Amino acid sequence: MTRSTPNIDRSERTFTVVLAISGGFIVLLLIGIMVTLFFNSLPAIREFGAGFFIGKTWNAAAETFGALPFLVGTLVTSFLALLISVPFSLAIALFLGEYYREGAVSGFLRSAVEVLAGIPSVIYGLWGLFLLMPAVRYIEMKLGVAPQGVGILTSSLILAIMIIPFAASIGREVITFVPGDLKEAAYSLGATRFEVVRNIVVPYARSGIIAGILLSLGRAIGETMAVTMLIGNSNFLPTSIFSPANTMASVIANEFAEATGVTSASLIYLALVLFFVTMLVNIAGTWVIQKLTVESSREVT
Amino acid sequence: MHDNVRARLAKDTIFKGIVCLFAFVSLLPLFLILYYITRNGIAVINWEFLTSLPRPTGETGGGVFNAIVGTLVLIVLSGALSIPCGIAAGVYLAEHQAGKLGNAIRLSVVVLQGTPSIVIGIIAYLWIVGPLKTFSAFSGGIALAVMMLPVIVKTTEETLKLVPYHLKEASLALGVPYYRTMLKVVLPSGMSGILTGILLSVARITGETAPLLFTAFGNQFMNVNIFKPIDSLPYRIFYYAMSPYPEWHSFAWGASFILVVLTLSLNLVARGISAKWKIQY
Repeated sequence: MTRSTPNIDRSERTFTVVLAISGGFIVLLLIGIMVTLFFNSLPAIREFGAGFFIGKTWNAAAETFGALPFLVGTLVTSFLALLISVPFSLAIALFLGEYYREGAVSGFLRSAVEVLAGIPSVIYGLWGLFLLMPAVRYIEMKLGVAPQGVGILTSSLILAIMIIPFAASIGREVITFVPGDLKEAAYSLGATRFEVVRNIVVPYARSGIIAGILLSLGRAIGETMAVTMLIGNSNFLPTSIFSPANTMASVIANEFAEATGVTSASLIYLALVLFFVTMLVNIAGTWVIQKLTVESSREVT
Repeated sequence: MHDNVRARLAKDTIFKGIVCLFAFVSLLPLFLILYYITRNGIAVINWEFLTSLPRPTGETGGGVFNAIVGTLVLIVLSGALSIPCGIAAGVYLAEHQAGKLGNAIRLSVVVLQGTPSIVIGIIAYLWIVGPLKTFSAFSGGIALAVMMLPVIVKTTEETLKLVPYHLKEASLALGVPYYRTMLKVVLPSGMSGILTGILLSVARITGETAPLLFTAFGNQFMNVNIFKPIDSLPYRIFYYAMSPYPEWHSFAWGASFILVVLTLSLNLVARGISAKWKIQY
């Protein structure tokens, strides 16, 4: 017994050290990512500085790089996708969180949404290429614009489909947090269900719903493959929602493999910007949800 | 009844109708996608498609055998790299609810989970492909491992938090050392949750293309050497979809069918496990 104690002590220490190292490794990984992106984009940062964000030309031959077309492309596609997806994700959230919490129909809807979330992005791209693109081209012909089929609208549509599940599942969760006694009080005053939803449920869950939308915005900004396949890859500033464009993620996907020197550094600069934007969006969204969860658990107890 | 009340009730019914309509309309794309994949995918899938290599342009026939093998190699590689570290970090978080390192890890997990896959691809390129001077399955595995890691850490932490404290106390009271308590009592009781997390993270990375574009890169030939470029199903779909040849487009559908069946069955198994082995005390 006395002889085995030091052994146990040593195993004990090894165990806790291994745990702490594995945890610390994740922090180091993140710091490593930031540092690597920063140092590899230094040539571009030095050359273009903040002017990178307002430069309109992206020309590898002349080695002038301005990211404005991609910033605009990313923002327009993401916000358009949000605009399209919000009514749908909100409807799913209300359906599952308020109207039909249990039962076969809601079980079916919930699994279907999960399947939608599980389909790989490249398959969304493939599907968009063969169904969405002809459809958009048809609309464009009816409207009398150049019928390219690919462009901002097509990418926004596919992005909207892809982000619906995320906003919907977070929205459902926060809507189920709404305390029952609040709703019952409203019912007892004679409110209809619509009035309860409008005056109690949505206001109470507002910040959580917004957080869900923020998180899905983060997804939309970083989404690469489907957008790369459908946006038309044009390095010029888009002029309408039908014109082909490029997002930060899609230009990296298209050009990074062949890039060298300043081109490569500029693309990494773009990746750095992308990284920080999604980081801020994600931290903000997660923070709101965490606060909500803590608050609601406090109210229950 | 008052007109006022009738109007309010009508509004209520209309709103409910709109909610149901929108909820189910949003499933339309899902059915269209599944329909297209099945219709176009099954048509090209046969024994030859599953077991032969891609042929060069101009020759008909060929298959995606190397891509299937490549995807499996990448899954095993990224799993081997991320699972041990992920579980250990998850245990650390479950054991240290507060504390500076714990909070730093939690924040890092959130950020890593939200990091766009293309950025992780660039990182793997700069870390591995650059120094080794060649695209390789290894670098692809690293990129996918970075994507798996946050999912595993999070699910491990959340599962272990559910394991009741008295189980741990009972074991410690019997004089079992802390590390054996964790390894033999706490971890096994959370096994189903951890396994679910691992399967979900595998399902997530199986369909990832963006991080492989400049790491594993793709390869027309059969390869199992992890220091050489390797093919994968999502990459092959991308390659075929962007090509101008109709026959390759139909191959893209066939490969998509295999990929969707793979990811969906992983999801199903994961859900089955968490439903069947749910922690009950």
